[in-house]
Amino acid sequence: MISLAYLALIAALIPLASILVETIFRGLSAMNSSFFLEEIPPLGEPGGGIGPAIQGTLIVVALASVMGVPIGVFSGIYLAEFRQARIASVARFLNDVLTNVPSIVLGIFGWTLIVVAIGWSVIAGAVALAIIMIPIITRTTEEAIKLVPMTMREAAIALGVPRWKTTLTVVLSNAKKGIATGILLSVARISGETAPLLLTILGSRFWFSGFTQPTAALSVAIFNFSQSPYRLIDWPRAWGASLILIFIILVINIIVRYATREKYGWANT
Amino acid sequence: MSFKIEIENLSAWFGSKQVLKDITMKIRENVVTAIIGPSGCGKTTLIRCLNRMHELTPGSKATGKVLLDGEDIYGEGVDPVTVRRRIGMVFQKPNPFPMMSIYDNAAAGLKLNGVTDKRRLNEVVEKSLRVAHLWDEVKAELGKSGASLSGGQQQRLCIARALAIEPEVILMDEPTSALDPTAAAKIEQLIRVLIADYTVIIVTHNMQQAARVSDFTAFLYLGELVEYGSTKDIFENPKSELTEKYITGEFG
Repeated sequence: MISLAYLALIAALIPLASILVETIFRGLSAMNSSFFLEEIPPLGEPGGGIGPAIQGTLIVVALASVMGVPIGVFSGIYLAEFRQARIASVARFLNDVLTNVPSIVLGIFGWTLIVVAIGWSVIAGAVALAIIMIPIITRTTEEAIKLVPMTMREAAIALGVPRWKTTLTVVLSNAKKGIATGILLSVARISGETAPLLLTILGSRFWFSGFTQPTAALSVAIFNFSQSPYRLIDWPRAWGASLILIFIILVINIIVRYATREKYGWANT
Repeated sequence: MSFKIEIENLSAWFGSKQVLKDITMKIRENVVTAIIGPSGCGKTTLIRCLNRMHELTPGSKATGKVLLDGEDIYGEGVDPVTVRRRIGMVFQKPNPFPMMSIYDNAAAGLKLNGVTDKRRLNEVVEKSLRVAHLWDEVKAELGKSGASLSGGQQQRLCIARALAIEPEVILMDEPTSALDPTAAAKIEQLIRVLIADYTVIIVTHNMQQAARVSDFTAFLYLGELVEYGSTKDIFENPKSELTEKYITGEFG
């Protein structure tokens, strides 16, 4: 039994490891300092870089997080703290449905809602990505808060701390690791989203020029490069952009882990 | 001797199950009142009704009056938050906040209620840790996690935390049941000291403890108050046959 589980683990690790190795080797060969800093050349043209795509991904993800994180976290708090409320069970169900909506559908939604009104833009992309984030964060926040023992809440409430304040202080500080994990998961998820971005930010070869303008993004750039007929010039760029995307997600991971490390790692509770 | 708390016709439910039946009793000021009875008799529910913690359980209900200094804590417009600042509570299992240091645990009631004055916090922390007989053991390591202390120390930290908001009454729900005998003895000594300034109500299923630590004892059975009187009378001269049987260990 154990050896079977061991084999399954190896089988699961092989694709993971080969993706990493392949991306690192092929990606590194495309890299030099101008790759990070220069604008994206037309397909097939040597030189240039993917600077705007890195910038675009960071801006769109940041803006999506500014919209999605507070909405997700507070919805999660509501669902956890008012479990019995009728609206909570409806919201929880809709939230679960939303988690499973294909991202291309959210892209169409962003396109219909915003692109048709103001054109392809950073805002439209961020809204679409925020809608992907919200159900993930809501769910993980709710679960993290539910894990905080009732005794902890009662300890604070018995000290004459109002209930809402108990939630925002004692409960949240006990749940912050789980909540941060949910936020991280959702940021990692949207960083690589491609379909909704193709329909909302369109893609661009140039640096950021405003929130109502189209912008580049790594995932969109990877898609465009991979569609290029000039395989010797553009395909290495796709690998390079992939490596940077993986690296960004890794860095986010490390930051969150560092920020939420146990203040008292040896505490026995 | 004056009465600090007067309970009048108090009944309590969880859903449709009635766990307290028409309890009426008067609790004296600056003494220790013990509430004894077999498991499930409603002793914990009774004290949780006294600081309005009972109502936090979904589906729970309570009727009747609980007068604190003559004023009904269930009266209209009474904020349970202010009630809980006057009636503190120590729980069965020591529950210091694990993410907070010893200092922050002792200061938690003040800090969470918005007190930021460093000098006042320092004073209150030292005073309440001293009263809880913990100061000498922890004064060198106030920055350590509250969860790093031993069980008995954690419980005294919880007592200090409850004392820091300067309540008038302290409810204790089997405060020593999770502790070893030495740690329990320290808490019992502490309880005797506390009644100089506070009114203490302690729930216990340990009859020796009730006999040692309390001045008055109430015996609860199946949600009803069977007998209530001075601890001496209850243990040496019980009026009810049921009380006598429980005290002599025939059931429970």
